[in-house]
Amino acid sequence: MRIIDRRQNPKGKNLGNRQRFVNRARSRLRRAIKDNIRERSVSDTTSGETVVIPSDDTHEPEFQRDPQTGRRSRVLPGNKQFREGDTIPRDEDGGGGGRKASAEGDGEDSFTFTLSRDEFLDLLFEDLKLPDMVKRQLKSEQIPKPQRAGFATTGPQNRLNMVRTLRRSLVRRAALGRPKQAALDQIESELARLQSGEITPADGKSADKRIAELKHTLEDARRKRSKVPYIDPMDLRYNRFERTPQPIAQAVMFCLMDVSASMDQEMKELAKRFFMLLHLFLERHYDNVDVVFIRHTHRAEEVDEKTFFEGRRTGGTIVSSALEEMLRIVDERYPINAWNIYVAQASDGDDVPGDVAHCTRLLKDRVLPITQFMAYVEIDPQSRARMGFVGREESDLWRGYAPLSESRENLAIRRIGEAGDIFPVFRDLFRSEENVT
Amino acid sequence: MTAGKTQQRKSSSGKSPGTKAAGGKTAGRRSGGGKTSGTLLFEGADWDFGTIQRTFEAVERVALTELGLDPYPTRLEVITSEQMLDAYAATGLPVMYPHWSFGKRFAQQEMMYRKGFQSLALEIVINANPSICYIMEENTMATQATVIAHAAMGHNHFFKHNQVFQRWTSPDTILDDLRHARRFVQDCEERHGQQAVERVLDAAHALFAQGVDRDRRGQRPDPRSERQRAWQRRREEREAADDLWLRTVPRRESDQLDDATAADREAQRRALGLPEENLLYFLELHAPLLEDWQRELLRIVRELAIYFEPQRQTKMMNEGCATWVHYQIMHSLRAGGEIDDATMLEFLHLHAHVVAQPEFDSRGYSGINPYALGFAMMRDIARICSEPTREDESWFPDIAGNGAPIATLRQAWADFRDESFIRQYLSPRLIRDMRLFKLRDDSDEPEYLVEAIHDEDGYKRIRNALAEQHDPVMAQPRIEITGADLRGDRTLELKHDVHDGQQLDAMEARRVLRHLRNLWGYGVRLREIDAESGAEIAVHEAQET
Repeated sequence: MRIIDRRQNPKGKNLGNRQRFVNRARSRLRRAIKDNIRERSVSDTTSGETVVIPSDDTHEPEFQRDPQTGRRSRVLPGNKQFREGDTIPRDEDGGGGGRKASAEGDGEDSFTFTLSRDEFLDLLFEDLKLPDMVKRQLKSEQIPKPQRAGFATTGPQNRLNMVRTLRRSLVRRAALGRPKQAALDQIESELARLQSGEITPADGKSADKRIAELKHTLEDARRKRSKVPYIDPMDLRYNRFERTPQPIAQAVMFCLMDVSASMDQEMKELAKRFFMLLHLFLERHYDNVDVVFIRHTHRAEEVDEKTFFEGRRTGGTIVSSALEEMLRIVDERYPINAWNIYVAQASDGDDVPGDVAHCTRLLKDRVLPITQFMAYVEIDPQSRARMGFVGREESDLWRGYAPLSESRENLAIRRIGEAGDIFPVFRDLFRSEENVT
Repeated sequence: MTAGKTQQRKSSSGKSPGTKAAGGKTAGRRSGGGKTSGTLLFEGADWDFGTIQRTFEAVERVALTELGLDPYPTRLEVITSEQMLDAYAATGLPVMYPHWSFGKRFAQQEMMYRKGFQSLALEIVINANPSICYIMEENTMATQATVIAHAAMGHNHFFKHNQVFQRWTSPDTILDDLRHARRFVQDCEERHGQQAVERVLDAAHALFAQGVDRDRRGQRPDPRSERQRAWQRRREEREAADDLWLRTVPRRESDQLDDATAADREAQRRALGLPEENLLYFLELHAPLLEDWQRELLRIVRELAIYFEPQRQTKMMNEGCATWVHYQIMHSLRAGGEIDDATMLEFLHLHAHVVAQPEFDSRGYSGINPYALGFAMMRDIARICSEPTREDESWFPDIAGNGAPIATLRQAWADFRDESFIRQYLSPRLIRDMRLFKLRDDSDEPEYLVEAIHDEDGYKRIRNALAEQHDPVMAQPRIEITGADLRGDRTLELKHDVHDGQQLDAMEARRVLRHLRNLWGYGVRLREIDAESGAEIAVHEAQET
């Protein structure tokens, strides 16, 4: 006999196969994911995705009999009351062969499995690339993150797995015949009643003899209980976690939106979709993404997500107020040496005359130098204009931003006309460099 | 390749423990007597290579001397839980060609494991010479001892001696074959692209269960006779062609022409070796459009099907043998004072878990547990040999009271497969103990009918039904190729013999036929024919593309 230690051999032999499987399910997955993000809130991207894929592409068919047809006999264990010739109603709850079908029908109609968060986002952002990854490299300390990994025999108390532990304890106690508390109580009460003369032994023995007998049993039982503990260290099972190191990288995303009366609910919905995609995308690259919502009319304020998308205000439109508010928040809370800053601005393009120049100046001198990337999307539901070639006249803001976006790499501007435009525009914004050239 | 589930593995998955304290009590009675002379092999849960070596030697000693086993030499390989997860996604074999379906299995297993629904197999043993036995790093020493007794002794002896394994598998070369398969598939992927290779493999996997010659009772495929067979086929084809040429010399009389076509068809059927139930083999030889590398891929999958076939046929016996062996060995070590109470307790916990048989109406029921049935039958046979009742004497005159339980078991392990083993050895006593009953499910009736229970009238019927249930031939729809019309539109004709009205799942059948069509290259038609009346019940087709 030889013992070989294979523990150092590479693990993950099947990662290749898993990758093949994911590739195969890719088209399905993409559709499932699209359905999925429609229902999400902007910042709900923390978990992986349970995706149900119809099994067409990943199903492995084989010839099998249809359990709904024909006549068959089965042998089953554990008969209690049936006699030959009995009939059992074909009812799932009938207590009869109700589980039969599941026992033999090994069919799988669709296949549920959990994509890791990375796989999910990878699929969502296939061949997209984050525009500027500089700071990630600068600040890539590793912090370990715990991940579930089965059970262990040792561990800290707070990870004790009660179910597993008690299950083992129960088996051990039963196996070693540990007397139950109820049995002890019964002996004790009988003893007390004998001693007080309330009852006499049934079999005609003398009370003293019975008392001695009971005392002996009681002592035995107590001794046994003290020897066989309720919970023994060998019963203990702990949830086990493995720590996997991950780099720290953090980003803050500013969502700026014009909420003046000219932006209706539909336009806000479009903006929300865009913000959500951006947020998902950032999550993909940073562990820690803060989202700051700033809405503005003629005056800007920081609000929560709900108010941001649903609240409505009236007033003029001064876009620069939002930019200034953003700069104030950066100074206050997000030192630029520790945070990657992203800005997404959604607007219908209106601005009071005169403010556009101010905005452009702000962008050029203060905003763009400190941000990794800024995306400006103009929501323009009337026109079906794509990429700003056709459609109505250019808006004030568009005219102001357009020259800047040509000279600055980290500013991109696009138009969105309907929901279908969002993803193409988004992909267009974040296309990886190979695809551009 | 659903047929390829490794049946060597021992998984404690899904079964609820807890209720089986009975096993523990028996043990308490047996081993409670206390310690004798032996020194402990190990203490506590931790193991190192020294303790494993010592324990292996002790286990082997008991296996060879007390039980008279004769396993292949063993190679123990210690692996981590991740590697275990890897191993059984790829059907448990150490070397495997790449395919997405293994990734799918891996994704499923991993999810179950990470969520804690299922614990991992404790070991995997490969039917090779020398046999490879994987043990997991995370196992406690008590588990390692059990696993060594179970796999390295029990399964291993079974692999070496059971006639089904001897006929079907060649343990000396299996690893080399697999390495060839992997290299070949990788080469093909490089040359022809992953998609082209997957197209063939997917189709072959769908026909996995139709890739063995069950009727020929498993002669081991010997390369020489394989070649001979192929060569003979070709000669027959040539002769048929000559024959055809002679017959198709123009004749005037039209009635003779009809005659000739019929004869021609018959000759062609003969040349193709029809009817043929080994679909993979037929395609490998006769599919008109396949290239050589595609045929080789089919052969690789077919070899794999052959490798797994004995495991399908002997699952219950194999597990029963291994479980009985580990139970004997652990008790023997305990009696010799070589393992302590804590180890014994842990062992019994594990053992009870493995042989738990939930009743049919309990939530945990998922069919008859092969470990439970196998172990119970082995113990029952040993009991019949040493302490027979009157009943046993009339049922098993050959072995009742022969006083040689171990020799009798060894003989049984060598000579039978599940189906015949049950027919031979399932005793009335065990039928009563397990309270087995036979239930008839007629889809036309509103109710199930209890056909037989554990009484004098029912024993034999239950035994036969349980035996059939353990026969892969009966469990599987019988499908054969009946015609190929090579000179017409080349539609491949298949037939399903419908017994007891059990039709094919139509959706699945169509999907498999699509795969079949991909290999055959022309249209494919499957008729379902009622075996009793000869009436055609259904037709499934996959059109030529």
